[in-house]
Amino acid sequence: MCGHPPSRDADAMSVIEVSELRKSYGGRPVVDGVSFTVQEGEIFGVLGPNGAGKTTTVECIEGLRVPDAGRVRVTGLDPIADHARVARVLGAQLQQSELQAKLTVREALDLYASFHARPADWRPLAERLGLTGKLTTRFAKLSGGQKQRLFIALALIGDPRVVVLDELTTGLDPRARRDTWELIEDIRANGVTVLLVTHFMEEAQRLCDRIAVIDKGRVAALDTPAGLIRRSAGATVISFTPSAPLDDRDLNALPALASIAHKDGRVTLAGTDETVNAVITLLARSHVTAHQLRVTEATLDDAFLDLTKETAA
Amino acid sequence: MTTALMEDQRRQGMNAAVLRTEIRLFRREPGALFWILLFPTLLLVILGSVPSFRHAEADLGGLRTIDVYVPVAVLLGLIVGGLQAMPQTLTGYRERGILRRMATTPVRPSALLTAQMTVFGGAALASAVLALTVGRLAFDVRLPKQPAGYLLALVLAVLVSLALGAVVSALSRTTKIAGAIGSAVFFPAMFCAGLWAPVQTMPDVLARIVGCTPFGAAAEALNRAAAGDWIGWTHLGVLVAWTVGLTAAAARWFRWE
Repeated sequence: MCGHPPSRDADAMSVIEVSELRKSYGGRPVVDGVSFTVQEGEIFGVLGPNGAGKTTTVECIEGLRVPDAGRVRVTGLDPIADHARVARVLGAQLQQSELQAKLTVREALDLYASFHARPADWRPLAERLGLTGKLTTRFAKLSGGQKQRLFIALALIGDPRVVVLDELTTGLDPRARRDTWELIEDIRANGVTVLLVTHFMEEAQRLCDRIAVIDKGRVAALDTPAGLIRRSAGATVISFTPSAPLDDRDLNALPALASIAHKDGRVTLAGTDETVNAVITLLARSHVTAHQLRVTEATLDDAFLDLTKETAA
Repeated sequence: MTTALMEDQRRQGMNAAVLRTEIRLFRREPGALFWILLFPTLLLVILGSVPSFRHAEADLGGLRTIDVYVPVAVLLGLIVGGLQAMPQTLTGYRERGILRRMATTPVRPSALLTAQMTVFGGAALASAVLALTVGRLAFDVRLPKQPAGYLLALVLAVLVSLALGAVVSALSRTTKIAGAIGSAVFFPAMFCAGLWAPVQTMPDVLARIVGCTPFGAAAEALNRAAAGDWIGWTHLGVLVAWTVGLTAAAARWFRWE
């Protein structure tokens, strides 16, 4: 019915497949059993603290490193054994990688276009990335943001099905970062799957459809940004200034309470919807008025700290 | 069959594009252009401007000082290119992740290595031709009497200097180290080539030792071919052995990142 031969069904929608990936350096495991699948057309985030094994994981996907164990497939191909074919469907923007200092933007685009049988036309690409005015500028003379935009252009020039963007916005100012985010949404809108490596929560929360939180070489959690926030303890935060002091014992007895804090007469409680309901009941029963009552959802930041704390324990 | 052929053609196209880019970039390096292409000939012109260097010397077997410095100038361009310029560039490419970036594209990073060797080998040969031409036109230095033997010796000398440069690139983790090793090897190499004392004037034992080094053997081979003699199996053997050994070492130790 769906038109795909049965044998390809498993791969039909997955562009990247990583299972039980392991890689050690000098006996120290850096990637320790990472598994995830990236679906066609999604922006998939790989989030984690520095040194968590994010870059090593994507380097195995890009074919730059040979895994010690596990299986990596890009559009069903092995990045090591089928390197040339993988390089044709995968565009990569690497962390800390430059170009020849005296190579101009236009020459770089021309050169990298020549590596592909059917390259994208670099003119609209340069236009979209705001590089049209910089075509004759040498790489060394470009600003940080311009260099990053050129790297995105080089990753896209082979008209890939998937791009891997590693720490793309590190070192950019807030304005340039926001521009880059729009660009990534734009890339996906053009049907390209995006694998985004980052340690910025805001970036992951805004852009990603799903996120794998990697910590100490393992996947600590894999979910949508909203799902990650929901599953963390203390996802809902309620704060207020009570008109009269509340009994600490009553507060501590609240259901699903994750944390409690007092500051300048203001009470901040983290928990779930259940905690919120119970607080309101408690306030009514004690005849206490809650001034400046605020109920907020925790951010991905909170969820992330919570998740990476769990694996540390 | 046809796809394999297309694959081959595509690869050749990519490699040619990489080479064109590297040639273009080389032309943008005034330092490299000067030291590799012009400096050896300039040195020859300065030496040739000293009147006494244009008189036949009994010590040199009736040759003039300027005559024995032409092969030194030829080797100088080759040593600067192969030993100093190329390792700096290659190590820089590795250090700044240029090789890594290329490894994520369908082109193999070895294309960049080959292009670099072609650029610096070609520049060294051009420098040699310039030195020979200026020597002939300005100072009446006779062109090699055995052009085929001379060309063979020259090509082997270029290969050995590129192989030595590749070993320096393989052993250097940073451009600073490449610069230091390049300089450390540069002076002995130039001594062997005869920059301070032409090989003909060296004491016997020293000449024999120098004859076993890549550039000492190259200098002697060039001298013999210039005089019209067969370059000799010994010199040929020494050059080939060094080239093969150094290439194997470079292939074994070279790291893409």
